[in-house]
Amino acid sequence: MAERVFEYDLAVIGGGPAGMSAACAAYENGVKSVVIIEREDALGGILKQCIHCGFGLELFGEELTGPEFAGRLAAKVREYGIDCMLSSMVLAVDRSLNVTATSAANGIFTVRAKAVILAMGCRERPRGALNTPGTRPSGIFTAGTAQRYVNIDGYMPGKKVVILGSGDIGLIMARRMTLEGAKVEAVCEVMPYSGGLARNIEQCLNDFGIPLLLSHTVTEIRGRERLEGVTIARVEAGADGVRRPVAGSERFIACDTLLLSVGLIPENELTVNCGIGLCPATKGAAVSQDRETEVPGIYACGNVLHVHDLADFAAVEAALAGRAAAGRIKGLRGGGCGSGGGSASDGGCASDGVRGCGGVCAGDNAGEEFRAVFETDGQVRYTVPQRLTRRCDVKVYFRVSGIFERVSLEVRATSVGRGDENNLIFTKKYIKLTPGTMQTVTLTSEMLEKCDSGAVIRFSLVPQRRDDK
Amino acid sequence: MKRNITCIICPRGCEMEAELTGGGVSVSGFGCARGRQYAENELIRPVRTLTTTVVLRDGSVIPVRTDRPVPKERMFDCMEAVRGVKELPDCSPGSVVIADVCGTGADLIVD
Ligand SMILES: Cc1cc2nc3c(=O)[nH]c(=O)nc-3n(C[C@H](O)[C@H](O)[C@H](O)COP(=O)(O)OP(=O)(O)OC[C@H]3O[C@@H](n4cnc5c(N)ncnc54)[C@H](O)[C@@H]3O)c2cc1C
Ligand code: SF4
Repeated sequence: MAERVFEYDLAVIGGGPAGMSAACAAYENGVKSVVIIEREDALGGILKQCIHCGFGLELFGEELTGPEFAGRLAAKVREYGIDCMLSSMVLAVDRSLNVTATSAANGIFTVRAKAVILAMGCRERPRGALNTPGTRPSGIFTAGTAQRYVNIDGYMPGKKVVILGSGDIGLIMARRMTLEGAKVEAVCEVMPYSGGLARNIEQCLNDFGIPLLLSHTVTEIRGRERLEGVTIARVEAGADGVRRPVAGSERFIACDTLLLSVGLIPENELTVNCGIGLCPATKGAAVSQDRETEVPGIYACGNVLHVHDLADFAAVEAALAGRAAAGRIKGLRGGGCGSGGGSASDGGCASDGVRGCGGVCAGDNAGEEFRAVFETDGQVRYTVPQRLTRRCDVKVYFRVSGIFERVSLEVRATSVGRGDENNLIFTKKYIKLTPGTMQTVTLTSEMLEKCDSGAVIRFSLVPQRRDDK
Repeated sequence: MKRNITCIICPRGCEMEAELTGGGVSVSGFGCARGRQYAENELIRPVRTLTTTVVLRDGSVIPVRTDRPVPKERMFDCMEAVRGVKELPDCSPGSVVIADVCGTGADLIVD
């Protein structure tokens, strides 16, 4: 039997908040032939299991639970009549924008599109990434797996719990398991600070008297069939800067459950197999201001691109990708949107062949070639986007690698054309920056006027001068 | 006595200081009016929105929440009441599961 082939203007992979938001934005910008391909049997992504409050303030201006937030976006998808292929797993995306997927209903099938948006989200780091010595009993889960057991499947994975890692999902699960009658003995965090939001430390740990042990880790796991307990120890950085357990600080805690909340990694198998390289710091694709990857017509957004602090931010970013994809599609049609509709790329040439779309373009310089890449000093760990293909107002997200107090962010452009002149285009003071909080700054098209095409725009942190107020 | 309070209303997590004075509560460090209100409540009558699930007899798991914050110290009582729910005639979003749960004035509703 021949494989079935479906034709759509836009294929969105993943039906989480990012995928839904991107699909709706494309629709609102005039592209009606859109399909969302989702491997689970419902839209919503990870938010289906995030039953706690804290979503929606940014996007809807009110406090919602995860399922409510996802429900709002799903209602819009339905209202627009956007096609959803559920229980359909995408196996591959190629550079000619063919998406191969499989489902019980259609077998292996292909979706041919004019643009593809990657929105596969992220997953948790598994235990294997940890190398904790000891036995391998049952009772060790990632916090998200436990969240799924409790909130979707309706059963408790254990009664006496230790949590390793103070990411938000671990904190949320500390409260959830406590409310369901478990005793959470401690949350151990190897770093001297928590990667979780301050509000979650307050309402998930402090409300219930659960200790947060900073600079602590699990050094041993005990138990044969089922976990019987863990040994924890304090860690300190040695002269070489490496953080190691301190001899003599070990303490045994009896428990039947160990939850791991040690970070999230973008789910990028499809991206890598398509030949798109990943940015080492974000573990996602490197993208332009439109969230376009190095392959013209393939966009990425949400947690598959970089881990966001909040689903709201993932959805807001995804709308950028949806809008840009709509611009590309309309450009290909020749209908264009204002700035020279016929300038469609043939798929092989530079991604800025289709420019100035969806109202995100500065317009007046649409004819001029412009390119720039971002660079960071290591204290600033990464920026998203990683490059620019036109001068326009652009919101740059960045994260730092440690805790920095009283610093200034400096953005300098080194323009190839003007020698190695270090052009300060933007600066901002911060009282405190932490790795757990993503920051944003907006570079305006006027600031970018100071950069030649080919510029390297460098983000760095410098101490604030004394006399600065 | 001054108390340090971390605001939980939005992700910014402002660090505030609050103190009971003769006439009321004095608060500093808030980023907006909602934070100030939160700090006042924390000193007088701390409240939290409860989110949990009901597990029905047929095994289905329905996310539920209180439609407004309940006194913090009543959260476990409310959890106990939630555990008693085994059947739900209406599982559509917003429908009431328990009216005035544990006399807190809040309704428990489906997400
Ligand atoms: C366990 C866990 C708990 C979290 N808790 C919170 C929280 O409390 N608050 C918060 O703000 N953020 C939380 N996050 C982060 C959360 O992922 C984001 O905020 C938000 O859900 C990101 O949206 P997204 O659409 O990018 O990803 P997701 O919501 O993860 O959606 C991705 C979707 O893509 C689908 N998909 C993936 N691969 C394929 C494929 N090959 N074919 C078809 N479909 C595919 C997945 O099934 C999923 O539905 C959590 C993350 C995890 C892993
Ligand atoms: S005080 Fe206002 S800005 Fe600060 S955390 Fe609370 S709600 Fe957010």
